[in-house]
Amino acid sequence: MIVSKQKPFEDILASLDGRSRVFLVGCAKCATVCKSGGEEEVWKMQEALTTAGKEVTGSIVIDEACHMLRVGRDLRARKEMVEEADALLVLACGAGVQSIAASAGKTTIAGADTLFLGNIRRFGQFEQRCSLCGECILTETAGICPVTVCPKGLLNGPCGGMDEGRCETDPESECVWHQIYQRLKEQQSTDNLGKIAPGKDFSRMLKPGKLKLDK
Amino acid sequence: MISQLQQKLAAGRFVITSEVCPPKGADCGEFLTTARSLNRQVDAINVTDNQGANMRIAPLAVASLLVREGIEPVYQITCRDRNRMALQSDLLGAAALGVSNILALTGDHISFGDHRQGKPVFDLDSVQLLQAISTLESGFDLAGNKLMGTPVFFAGAAAAPAAEPFELTLFKLQKKATAGARFFQTQAIFDPDRLARFTTAVSPLNVKVIAGIILLKSAGMARYMNRNVPGLKVPDHIVAEMEEASDPVAKGVEIASRIASAVRSHCDGLHIMAMGREELIPEIIKEIR
Ligand code: SF4
Ligand code: SF4
Repeated sequence: MIVSKQKPFEDILASLDGRSRVFLVGCAKCATVCKSGGEEEVWKMQEALTTAGKEVTGSIVIDEACHMLRVGRDLRARKEMVEEADALLVLACGAGVQSIAASAGKTTIAGADTLFLGNIRRFGQFEQRCSLCGECILTETAGICPVTVCPKGLLNGPCGGMDEGRCETDPESECVWHQIYQRLKEQQSTDNLGKIAPGKDFSRMLKPGKLKLDK
Repeated sequence: MISQLQQKLAAGRFVITSEVCPPKGADCGEFLTTARSLNRQVDAINVTDNQGANMRIAPLAVASLLVREGIEPVYQITCRDRNRMALQSDLLGAAALGVSNILALTGDHISFGDHRQGKPVFDLDSVQLLQAISTLESGFDLAGNKLMGTPVFFAGAAAAPAAEPFELTLFKLQKKATAGARFFQTQAIFDPDRLARFTTAVSPLNVKVIAGIILLKSAGMARYMNRNVPGLKVPDHIVAEMEEASDPVAKGVEIASRIASAVRSHCDGLHIMAMGREELIPEIIKEIR
């Protein structure tokens, strides 16, 4: 899922400066799970904005805010409320904000910061495990991603800052190469560690990504 | 240009290198004064590359200034701030400027330094950088294009003999050797036994070992480095020794020369990090030269 985090309320208010009527948009998928823009957060935002003297013309929690056709349809269904508003405040990831901005026809405010593609470790705890590199090497690395979990993305083993299996950038975290080493040892296939991994093909992740499925 | 450092090592001479941090700024006067006085004591002087992720003048520029002075530099180059294009073009620049000793490093993470909001690059890692150096030496670039002329380098890599688990670090050292490292410059050594274990383990790789020796100036500095310098771990008993000393710098010199003498037989040279007290280097190496 895409992990996002609501911006500080003062920042949101500052973005709404000079705009008194606001239409609120949340997302029923990722933003709901990470509590940046589900039903509950949209409702709380409405309360907070009202207390701050804003008028909330209406709100909607779209099933998938990144789904451009659905967003267009859902906003049309709330046409009057949207039209009444001076701005839309979106509590969803950056993909969601953009599909809404494309359909809204008026100022759209991003109410959340989009952080990463995350695994859910447990309720309310998310971790980045994949950084969408376009050419997955997990088969070679015991199913643990050094591209993402190593802050330097090193592909050939630990840097000189690793010690006692800890990462140089954060002694609380285990060096990804230590994780890979331990798992390969369990699987009795540490031979893998001796193979030189070539430089990554970054052309696989050139922006903006596009994919069109064959009919 | 043929590296004299390489020739000395090949001839079995015990070498001494040291390092001078390039200045933060374009005024290299003080840097050159230090390097000139140091030159009498050492075989080569390393110029660090935005060490600790703190922005400074380009090490290639100061390495070239050293060449002009007749001083042999070891150009440290990290993957943190350059992608594969910039790395290769800087390496070609080095060859053109007569800089042939290269220490190929991954680089400390940008979060340690003074430009924490910058984008860390790490397009290649240190093993792939060594491969890039070997590729250039074969007369081609990484894309397979032919080069004008064939640059010659003497490439080395970093090693952390005390890091655990040792077996895991050994895998990477083997890769570095395969990729073209011809010397290892180690992190600061405090425990001669760890260096002995390391040297034995890497001896089949046929790579020269230059052991790192650091001059501790105070117990506070040792503790600070333990917290802030990746890969550097001053053991408690040495911190305690510094703590109890009435003249900490003299104590630091004593410790450094004691370690230098103890590791002498386990390596092919020493790399002295004198932390701004370069004038004390002769005293540190007095016993072993
Ligand atoms: S290698 Fe890592 S970043 Fe790339 S696709 Fe696989 S998990 Fe994602
Ligand atoms: S310690 Fe390990 S995870 Fe951390 S930066 Fe170094 S190689 Fe990457």
